[in-house]
Amino acid sequence: MEKSLEPIVKDLNGKFGAEHEEFRNEVHCFIKPEQIVEALTLLRDKHQFELLSALTAVDYYPQTSPRFHVIYQLTSIAKNLSVQLRVPVEGDNPKVPTVTSIYKTGMWRERELLDMFGIEFEGHPDPRRILLPEDTEGYPLRRDFPLGYEEPQFSFNYEEIDLRKPYAKE
Amino acid sequence: MAQIEEVSVDQYKHLVSERALTGETMLLNMGPQHPSTHGVLRLLLELDGEIIINCIPDIGFLHTGIEKNMEAKTYQKAEVMTDRLDYMNTMGNNLSYCMAVEKLVDLDVPARAQSLRVILVELQRIASHLVWLGTSGLDLAAMSMFLYCFREREQILDIFELVSGQRMMTTFIRPGGVWRDVPVEFEAAVRDFIKIFPKRVDEYERLLTKNPLFIDRMVGIGILSKETALSYGVTGPMLRASGVDWDLRKARPYLGYEQYDFDVPVLTEGDTYARYLVRIQEMRESLKIVEQALNKLPMGPVRSANRKFVPPPRSEIGVSMESLIHHFKLWTEGFPAPKASIYSAVESPRGELGVLLEGDGSPKPMRVHMRTPSFDNLAVLPEIVKGRLVADLVAILSSTDIVLGDIDR
Repeated sequence: MEKSLEPIVKDLNGKFGAEHEEFRNEVHCFIKPEQIVEALTLLRDKHQFELLSALTAVDYYPQTSPRFHVIYQLTSIAKNLSVQLRVPVEGDNPKVPTVTSIYKTGMWRERELLDMFGIEFEGHPDPRRILLPEDTEGYPLRRDFPLGYEEPQFSFNYEEIDLRKPYAKE
Repeated sequence: MAQIEEVSVDQYKHLVSERALTGETMLLNMGPQHPSTHGVLRLLLELDGEIIINCIPDIGFLHTGIEKNMEAKTYQKAEVMTDRLDYMNTMGNNLSYCMAVEKLVDLDVPARAQSLRVILVELQRIASHLVWLGTSGLDLAAMSMFLYCFREREQILDIFELVSGQRMMTTFIRPGGVWRDVPVEFEAAVRDFIKIFPKRVDEYERLLTKNPLFIDRMVGIGILSKETALSYGVTGPMLRASGVDWDLRKARPYLGYEQYDFDVPVLTEGDTYARYLVRIQEMRESLKIVEQALNKLPMGPVRSANRKFVPPPRSEIGVSMESLIHHFKLWTEGFPAPKASIYSAVESPRGELGVLLEGDGSPKPMRVHMRTPSFDNLAVLPEIVKGRLVADLVAILSSTDIVLGDIDR
């Protein structure tokens, strides 16, 4: 860990009891869902992390507790530092408070997570799907969602496959 | 025929103003087939006459599930998907992914490969900016720019074809180095480009930089403040045009960028014209880097000798049993990566291109997230077009330099 990151990690630990782990000089701090807004406010206002570089998630299916990690990759331009906050969330229908009031990056990135993982961000001003059509069922980036494929149609089975294809027909 | 559903106000009720519901303002659909949306981007505009009250981007028309597909492939094979993300920056995408894999498995890269990567990625940056300059010239009725810029871009694509056999989807940069060494004609081809290009940039600038018609449509249009840009996670030339000196090549040098002498252009105006100037200047700086890297291109291997991750050369397979086994294992099973997560970012022509890679001990990644800069750069669009005219929207959108393949993934 870089020297200048140590007080920040200590601060997170003191205020939120955040455990941290290190790998290849990267620091990941674990925060509880209900504390994430407070933690990000602290990092932005006190420690000058101006940029929320990435907001994404990982699915640990079949593990259910925690099933997902919501990941906040933060960058400080003033201090040239990075830190990653991870929010472990339980169960199949997780809820995390929105961070749009702190970083507007969340406006679209949280919609993307809703779209792809089905993680609900409480208080998001515009909770719609962003990349997929409104009527899509399921959340494609979850590990239990099949990769899917399209059956190749040949002249001998064209009609047969066409009948069960899920697109709009006459 | 299937019923085509009409767009109703109900769906967007919470996004438009009260006046749209009473019919006082007009909702207008721009795209996804509009020529100035640079791909398949749909913008729903709420207009009061010519003035934009609200802009609601609708993306996802090009969504191909690349992140999901990459999870089903081994680390080497997933790389071909990265070319298809941002098709204006294929080398850069390869680089960001390979650097992430190298960081995850702790793989070294020989010096010659590093320098080759720098040359190719910087050439790619120029090519990407040329497409941006050409198309935004086209949007602002400077038709000839499009032809001129594509002429120079062609020269860069020819260099890519020379080294990789492919013009766009190169997959030339591989984990542990590059695919193979460059041919002998490479140096002459790059030198030729270095000689011609500065004159050509001067030509573009003569046509545009002080052109009164161009200035009228660019200066003071679409001002993005520093605070808004940071809050939305805007990076790259857009952020630098708003007065933030942040370039990952300078701040966190990778590939040995610290040994090259180049400047990072920063302007404070934050308008469309500033973004134009920053990108023009970046092309010149990139060319400087290409020249320096070519001048001190070291000799030596272009791929790591670590056989556990990098396949052996073809010539060894016929004579060495061990090489044959490694070759077979790597292309059938792949190499395992530790159960850990890393985030690695590079500076793409559009901004911070980050890769979050999480391994689970198997040869396939458990999660690949591409933090694509266009996504966040477009998210800020509604903020900067509010209160402007529809014609300005075209100029602003082209100055954000989005690539829809980068956004939709």
